[in-house]
Amino acid sequence: MTMLELKAVNKFFNGWQAVADVDLQVAAGELAVLIGTSGSGKSTTLKMINRLIEPDSGSIRLAGEDIRSQPPEVLRRRIGYAIQSVGLFPHWTVEQNIAAVPSLLKWPKARIRERVVELLELLHLPAAQFLARYPHQLSGGQQQRVGVARALAADPEVLLMDEPFGALDPVTRGTLQQELLRIQALSGKTIVLVTHDIDEALLLGQRIVLMDKGRVVQQGSAQDFLLHPASDFVRDFVGQSDVGVRLLGLDTVASRMRPLQPVSGEPIAASATLREALSAFVARRVSSLPVIDAQGQPAGVLHFADLLPVAA
Amino acid sequence: MRLYSRVRLLLVLLSLAAALGLPLLTYAPNRLLTGQGIALLDLLQGGSGLRWLALLPALPLLLAPWWRPGIWRERLVYLAALWLGAALWWLAGSEATLRAGDEDALARVSFGGGFWLLQLLLLLQLAEALQVLAGGLPRRVLLLLLAQLPLLWLLLSGRLDSLSLLREYHNNQDAFDDALLRHLQLVLFSVLPALLLGGALGVWAYRSARFARLLFPVLNVLQTIPSIALFGLLIGPLAWLGRQLPGLGIAGVGLAPALLALSLYALLPVVRGTLAGLQQVPPAVREAARGMGMTPWQIMLQVETPLALPVFLSGLRITAVQAVGLAAVAALIGAGGFGAIMFQGLSASALDQVLLGVLPVLLLALLVDVAFRLLIARLKGADDHA
Repeated sequence: MTMLELKAVNKFFNGWQAVADVDLQVAAGELAVLIGTSGSGKSTTLKMINRLIEPDSGSIRLAGEDIRSQPPEVLRRRIGYAIQSVGLFPHWTVEQNIAAVPSLLKWPKARIRERVVELLELLHLPAAQFLARYPHQLSGGQQQRVGVARALAADPEVLLMDEPFGALDPVTRGTLQQELLRIQALSGKTIVLVTHDIDEALLLGQRIVLMDKGRVVQQGSAQDFLLHPASDFVRDFVGQSDVGVRLLGLDTVASRMRPLQPVSGEPIAASATLREALSAFVARRVSSLPVIDAQGQPAGVLHFADLLPVAA
Repeated sequence: MRLYSRVRLLLVLLSLAAALGLPLLTYAPNRLLTGQGIALLDLLQGGSGLRWLALLPALPLLLAPWWRPGIWRERLVYLAALWLGAALWWLAGSEATLRAGDEDALARVSFGGGFWLLQLLLLLQLAEALQVLAGGLPRRVLLLLLAQLPLLWLLLSGRLDSLSLLREYHNNQDAFDDALLRHLQLVLFSVLPALLLGGALGVWAYRSARFARLLFPVLNVLQTIPSIALFGLLIGPLAWLGRQLPGLGIAGVGLAPALLALSLYALLPVVRGTLAGLQQVPPAVREAARGMGMTPWQIMLQVETPLALPVFLSGLRITAVQAVGLAAVAALIGAGGFGAIMFQGLSASALDQVLLGVLPVLLLALLVDVAFRLLIARLKGADDHA
């Protein structure tokens, strides 16, 4: 089922075309990533979905319904929205911030409280500790967690995220990217995320949409981008010299390991990416690694040669 | 001995200079003549041992600069400055009783330059001590008010009644009460319209940069017109208006032009405060509010107003304090207030009557200032603690 459908969407700012003839379909439960350099039109495209920016032509449908068929405020309450600078209300507590949209929707108080606590647990922020805090008492990563919780609060049909992890340090960003994958797997939410970071796009995007000068240049899976770039621009964007390493980043150790005799040495987790395995091979100067599963039990072995895909 | 506090040393040296070099009080045969100075030492020689005793707390103040810093030093300084301030008032009051005698006597005892300078320096000593003694603004204000209790007691017990200032008060009591009421009216009814109009103009200026470019030059020019000139300029048009619309109480002089002029002066700081308050609301907060589906009204009431309020109130504080001062000038066009007492005193060259008009204006301005500061601190405090 198509959750979100953009058809021939155009947007001009003072005669300059920011978005040109964009067609886009996002299936229900899909995580789509809009990627591009700054000025490519990716953020503008995102903001047209919740009508923070109105398109000059074309149509946008949410769950089959034209988004102009209802007032923008009503539409926006159906769509979660998280941005890079978070924008938590500084004069409200964490609880009030997360409760913002449910309060706008006039949920009963008890149900709001229940939902807030549930979301805080989902994002690993102990409710007892965080409910009454103010935004300035939180770290950057915690603020963005609250921001994501606020976007999810009213159980929206779609979640829009505008470079949500762009301002975070690499470690926190990595953690939150994993959390997002977990939440998406858990809730099956349709998510559209904007980024300029190709590694983030490859990691998160089930569908990646590369934009340049307002146009969609290529869309498809991470594999498509790495193995079949549509143009030199795409090839440059995904980083020609790193394509092999990035391909390894798409698969896990579990997909290539052999259920064989255990070997000695420091083990690697079955859930690690092949990219991490490559790093381990080189750093430890070994040609085979023992693999353990999530419970820490020996699961098999990975040889250096296994990194090469079997010729299809 | 080691010198710990240069500030205190400076205050002490200035105090000594004021006490020994300037007359503490003045004595005149009647209220219109310029008085002759009475030095502190004369007062001490002429009076009883009680006077020496009253000035005893000067000793720790003199020694404080060399005293090791700590909470006890500040407590002692606080008490000593409080006592000494009251002692100077008492000294003045008792000397006045001695020299001027009963109600009908014409002779007047007033304050000299030394008295005011010493009181100011003691106030600075108090402020220094309060920096250590009181953390927050509310506590500081409370301790400062407590320090005025001895003066209040001296006033109420009648021990200061012979002083020229108090005699002026008793002679003008009705006029004083009227002036107080009228002064408060002038401030309230000029700040209130400015608050409503200025708030609206500020919001408008925030929404439309073009309007702001038109508005601010006008307000800036208004602000540069001297108040007396503005009062004068308004006489003509308002007198005309009064003739055209009789029965509305509009006239070229009196309350109407005063309120109009004061409101105009109050406009600029209010508009500026509103605009500055709205401008410092983070754009991300506004975007998030819009993105989650708040209506423009909800954004205004729930997000922008509370976030702009502290800055807005700072603008309003300046406005109100300024209005208290400017309202004194309004007496020139017959609007009354403490300015009336002031100008009456000036024209009669009765300095203590001038003081009777000036001091309440000063106090009123201080009170308004402190009240707003407390309110703003409270608002900010509500955000800070979890």
